Amino acid sequence: MLQYAALIPFFPLAGFIILGLLNKRLPKNLAAVIACGMLLISFGLALGMFMNISGQSQEVQLAPWINVGSFSASFTFLLDPLSSIFLMIITGVGFLIHVYSIGYMHDDEKHNIFFAYLNLFVFFMLVLVMASSYLLMFVGWEGVGLCSYLLIGFWFKNKAYNDAAKKAFIMNRIGDLGFLLGIILLFITFGSSDYHTIFTKANGFMSGDAMITTITLLLFVGAMGKSAQIPLYTWLPDAMAGPTPVSALIHAATMVTAGIYMVARSGILYALSPISMYVVALVGVVTAVFAATIALTQNDIKKVLAYSTVSQLGYMFLGLGVGAFSASVFHVMTHAFFKALLFLCAGSVIHGLAGEQDIRHMGGLRKKLPITFITFLIGTLAIAGIPPFAGFFSKDEILIHAYSSNKLFWALGMLGSMMTAFYMFRLLFLTFSGTYRGDSHKVHPHESPKVMTVPLIILAILSTIGGFVGVPESLGGTSQISKFLDPVFKPAQAKMMMVEGSGGVSEMMLMGITITVVLISIFAAWYMYVSRKSVPVSEGTKLPFFTKLSYHNFYVDEIYSALITKPLDKISELLKNIIENKVIDGVVNASGKVTEWVSGLMRFVQTGNVDFYLLAMVVGIALIIFLKLM
Amino acid sequence: MGDLKTIPMDWYLLLSTILFSIGVMGVLFRRNAIIIFMSIELMLNAVNLLLVAFSAYHNDANGQVFVFFTMAVAAAEIAVGLAILVVVYRNTKSTDIDVLNRLKG
Repeated sequence: MLQYAALIPFFPLAGFIILGLLNKRLPKNLAAVIACGMLLISFGLALGMFMNISGQSQEVQLAPWINVGSFSASFTFLLDPLSSIFLMIITGVGFLIHVYSIGYMHDDEKHNIFFAYLNLFVFFMLVLVMASSYLLMFVGWEGVGLCSYLLIGFWFKNKAYNDAAKKAFIMNRIGDLGFLLGIILLFITFGSSDYHTIFTKANGFMSGDAMITTITLLLFVGAMGKSAQIPLYTWLPDAMAGPTPVSALIHAATMVTAGIYMVARSGILYALSPISMYVVALVGVVTAVFAATIALTQNDIKKVLAYSTVSQLGYMFLGLGVGAFSASVFHVMTHAFFKALLFLCAGSVIHGLAGEQDIRHMGGLRKKLPITFITFLIGTLAIAGIPPFAGFFSKDEILIHAYSSNKLFWALGMLGSMMTAFYMFRLLFLTFSGTYRGDSHKVHPHESPKVMTVPLIILAILSTIGGFVGVPESLGGTSQISKFLDPVFKPAQAKMMMVEGSGGVSEMMLMGITITVVLISIFAAWYMYVSRKSVPVSEGTKLPFFTKLSYHNFYVDEIYSALITKPLDKISELLKNIIENKVIDGVVNASGKVTEWVSGLMRFVQTGNVDFYLLAMVVGIALIIFLKLM
Repeated sequence: MGDLKTIPMDWYLLLSTILFSIGVMGVLFRRNAIIIFMSIELMLNAVNLLLVAFSAYHNDANGQVFVFFTMAVAAAEIAVGLAILVVVYRNTKSTDIDVLNRLKG
């Protein structure tokens, strides 16, 4: 059974090839059915694998790839609990989002190519998580980056969207460079890029080895790019330019968690380097808080969700950094459920309001879009961390581990989840409660078709019950997910000096604190936006200092522009004016001038008089003979 | 073969030098392109004569093989050259080389 799992990525690939080649020759409905069908088959296989995996890990070699000197790599897939969880998320959530896209993209003229790209994305994502070597993972890694670029700039006639796509691609390239250097160093150090070889050999290294630290930090640079962490996070909010199902699938549920997957997969390497672990946790927690403060003041429904994604990814890295690998993967899973749900709900709202994304022009949609409202509410409760919704268990597990590792991280994480609850409920209240603030003559809010609401309902159910696979022991659960992942993470856990758990009682206390804090901020949001009915001020109004900073994303884009883009532009300008215009053009023009001058002299020889030519020839030959005989 | 050697080598040299020089003079001083061609033939055959003479004196057939090559190449050259001349004549009604001055730089 496990052997068939290696086929999982090839169904979406087949879908991409069929849709890509036939494109407009296929009727829209058939194209959508093919795309969704391929994903459904993959999901079926992934489910079968998930059921049968029970802690084993198996490598399936498909084909040889590179064989040069001492270096060899092959197309080999690794099937183990970690990849099986990711496969479930990617194919399952991916399938729901594909179905949703049928409704969302129905009237788009590039409908078929959209599904082709989505299928291609899923293929690369599956390669990424199934690869058994860093090199093959890199193939998937670059592939998803490409698809992300194609889909952000899907409506490429809009220049701003195109710019967003380029920004995402370039930011990712910066990270990818780090990842690539990391892979090269891995090869130099271990002589291979296979997980198995590397992780076996890594056991012989001392904790804190400088080489391992360098490698892990470089790999983390890659993760920062892909998973949108400070300082490479600014592409993700802009990536919302793509169609909403893309935001849900690529920029919330799957691709951005590739960095988490990579760090979790390399767990044993990170475990050997306390410095890297600390950096990962620090970057994670700072991003979590920073992005949350920005999300507090955003007015675009998708931007709020985008910053919240950045913030949640920060939590996952915090979890990885404090050694809670399985908690992080757990959070990846629950986050995939509720964030995909939230994005799809946002898409449903945007769809119902004919493209409106500004929450200042929404409000009162509870009655008009009842299914969207209820599912959005569930998603919000899940992300805010209200028990028993999914987000509570995963986020709390991360926070508890953070507490036992570093109290400061815990406090910051707590601050972040307080803000998370606030901005999510702010979004919920501004969108769905009160009265409609848009132009009700022009726009008639309406509920989305079934093909869109059914995925919402399924995701809402998953967001509700998804957390039960990881109920901690202190709450009478068995935390099955960490048991499931244990075979993968055990070697890494063994390498770390594990801090003793903080004990059941204190765990309960921490949970209590979290819930209280979250409830308080929900109440604050309710007070501001329901009771006092305040609405964010319109554009151009003077804002208080902090609000202004937060609203403008702390001017990070402007700072990057001033520090990096502008100087680069200046240097290019200088090079163009001096090197290009003066030196290179000078050389080229000079060679032309010299040729012209010499030919000017030579043309006097061409008299057109055949007599002269003949005479010249005879004299020339005579001269040659004469000189030879001398 | 023996008969050839009854004439001293010097005479062959002298004859072919004279023939060659006549050819050069013809090329340099005549205007008619056909005459120039004939002069060129004269130069080629002067050389052929010399080659054959040396070949005979040295008992070496290589020289005669060379002569055959020269003849074949000369035939080809004349075929092409005359074809060009025919075209020139059709266009200008003249075979005078002074009319061929279009290539003036």
